[in-house]
Amino acid sequence: MELNGSQMVVEALAKENVSVVFGYPGGAIMNVYDEVYKQDHFQHILVKHEQAAIHAADGYARSSGEVGVAFVTSGPGFTNAVTGLATAYMDSIPMVVISGQVPITMIGTDAFQEIDAVGISRPCVKHNYLVKDAKDLPRVLKEAFYIARSGRPGPVHVDIPKDVTAQVAKFHYPENITMQTYKPTYKGNVRQIKKAVDAIANSKRPVLYIGGGAINSNAAEQVREFAKITGIPAVETLMARGVMGDENPLLLGMLGMHGCYSANMAMSEADLMIAFGPRFDDRVTGKLSEFAKHAKIIHVDIDPSSIGKIVDIDYPIVGDLKNVVEGMLPLAKEKINPTKYKSWRDLLNRYNEIHPLKYDDSETILKPQWVIERVGELLDDKAFISTDVGQHQMWTAQFYPFSFPRQFVTSGGLGTMGFGLPAAMGVKKANPEKISINFTGDGSILMNVQELMTAVEFDMPVINIILNNKFLGMVRQWQTFFYDKRYSSTDIEVQPDFVKLVESFGGVGYRVTTKDEFDKALQDAIDSDKVAFIDVQVDRLENVLPMVPAGGTLYNMMLEYKE
Amino acid sequence: MENVRRVLSVIVINEEAVLSRISGLFAGRGYNIDSLTVAPVPNTEFSRLTIVTSGNKRVLEQIVKQLHKLIPTYKVIESEEFVEKEMALVKIPLNEDFNGLDAMLKAYNGTIASSGENFVVVMVADDAKRIDNFLKAIKKYNPTDMVRGGSVALDV
Ligand SMILES: Cc1ncc(C[n+]2csc(CCOP(=O)(O)OP(=O)(O)O)c2C)c(N)n1
Ligand SMILES: [Mg+2]
Repeated sequence: MELNGSQMVVEALAKENVSVVFGYPGGAIMNVYDEVYKQDHFQHILVKHEQAAIHAADGYARSSGEVGVAFVTSGPGFTNAVTGLATAYMDSIPMVVISGQVPITMIGTDAFQEIDAVGISRPCVKHNYLVKDAKDLPRVLKEAFYIARSGRPGPVHVDIPKDVTAQVAKFHYPENITMQTYKPTYKGNVRQIKKAVDAIANSKRPVLYIGGGAINSNAAEQVREFAKITGIPAVETLMARGVMGDENPLLLGMLGMHGCYSANMAMSEADLMIAFGPRFDDRVTGKLSEFAKHAKIIHVDIDPSSIGKIVDIDYPIVGDLKNVVEGMLPLAKEKINPTKYKSWRDLLNRYNEIHPLKYDDSETILKPQWVIERVGELLDDKAFISTDVGQHQMWTAQFYPFSFPRQFVTSGGLGTMGFGLPAAMGVKKANPEKISINFTGDGSILMNVQELMTAVEFDMPVINIILNNKFLGMVRQWQTFFYDKRYSSTDIEVQPDFVKLVESFGGVGYRVTTKDEFDKALQDAIDSDKVAFIDVQVDRLENVLPMVPAGGTLYNMMLEYKE
Repeated sequence: MENVRRVLSVIVINEEAVLSRISGLFAGRGYNIDSLTVAPVPNTEFSRLTIVTSGNKRVLEQIVKQLHKLIPTYKVIESEEFVEKEMALVKIPLNEDFNGLDAMLKAYNGTIASSGENFVVVMVADDAKRIDNFLKAIKKYNPTDMVRGGSVALDV
């Protein structure tokens, strides 16, 4: 079959069962958009800013496990997309982003809207391509999807010059693919697995340290089973919230900078750490020389470069977490008696009783933590929860009762403000039967607020709960703690009328100051089935606690802030 | 952790962007490149890079893993046993007294590569360490220019 480059793009997406593409057109990608117009394989959702197209595809991918897809044009279209690529790359999210480029004949001439797109994307994608001949397109697109979703997932960028999108060549989309130079390891080494299980059987105070890899590898069921049959207490990173399920008695909670006391103490006092797909981020470890210093470490990861990058590993296992844990299960059943760790579990539970996650509720002013807990009570597993970045993000991680993997969609590694609304749109697109909540801040929401229009036009009724503290709260908190309350450029009391703002786009808005008003607004927003803002006026000076100050030690948390 | 020198031989698919992927990896992660040479492997789709780098144990381990992680990388050879050679060219004005130059060139597998009315260019090929020594020793002839090629290496 002979097709032009643009038809090839459409055909390839059809073959990959892509059902939705987020994007924004422009000169260099117009040929592709002309073919988009003619096809009915996938829906194209026209965003209002390219950054949002990438975040929306990202939210789609995070919540579904499928590859997210976005189109942007050359030059500014592409540069607008870069933050989205970097966000997805840092959190290992499978995506294919296709950008237009000036014609090959003009590359290198500083042509109109020319930018070295692959040069820019190289450090923030898993792989990229500049396609110089349409005959390469079928292979490149097949590889792009394969690379994005296999091994440690990540975004792949394909840059296609305009003349290539018009060039006609033979189209044969490969069914299968093997790449000589790219062969991820899925099966863990059997001897290493056996050694690791022996180490666990010999340990007295083991802890499961669960990271985002457990979500990417769809290993939640296996990880829960492993915890259950071994009786080993577990902690989750920000990226892993939902893996164990918050009802699970073995889950201590999130660890790290704003983790809970018992989780951080478990890491500090453990004699064996079983790391299932985390990456030892500095927001988790605190001061490295003190991090889990009594523990031997088992680290399972599909990315060999992740193992030993930050700390030395005693039992490295390269492989897909789901596979590896499946391999560990029968051995663990045979060798590990869960009653052995009872006193260790009791100790950690006592820590949790002494210093639980807490806040002082008030009857006169709404506390942001209450709002999140309340949404958890009311919606629980009926909703997917996205966030922006800041205090509201940390409170959501702490106080929402996550019960299934992929329920929580948040920018962890890059911490990108402006992620929440477009990501929650992608979530809604992938999970139309569920409610899509975005917990956001009064700062963050304004970073991609234009997407309200997209949400209205394409019927993606995201409920944005703005925890409005009239501050860039997280930065303000650091200024309170570490900068003598010099609130340099964080007081954002000058604000739009959020209710009118969302209404002007065709959504519904509520401004709430009491618990009753909040409950009513939430119910009303759900019933309206429209994109919504719930502008919740919360206590301005609430802090996220406990806290391990940057570079501090996990066992020495700041539990309270005293003036 | 102490810094050590390491020679890596990297076989990659010979695509346009591969060198920028590798140099970008080193620059972006703050790794050293002491020297880098690259040329196609004859009759294949591959190129071979020889990279001389240095760092502590953890850094060197990461360099190898990160190189592996690049999609076009076929193989990273980090054998301790390489035959490693480097060449250098040195331009010397003709008004110098060349006493002893011949013996010196011989000692470093060298020869006269070119000569003109008022200069000679000598070339040598030897271990990188010995090239260091040669370039120090040749100073007594007041060279006007010199260039070294970077190591090439073959695992044995
Ligand atoms: C794009 C971007 N710019 C700057 C920051 C730094 N930053 C982190 S949190 C934060 C404040 C966020 O304010 P808001 O959205 O109101 O959330 P709050 O902390 O008040 O809950 C800032 C500025 C960031 N994470 N992302
Ligand atoms: Mg705020």
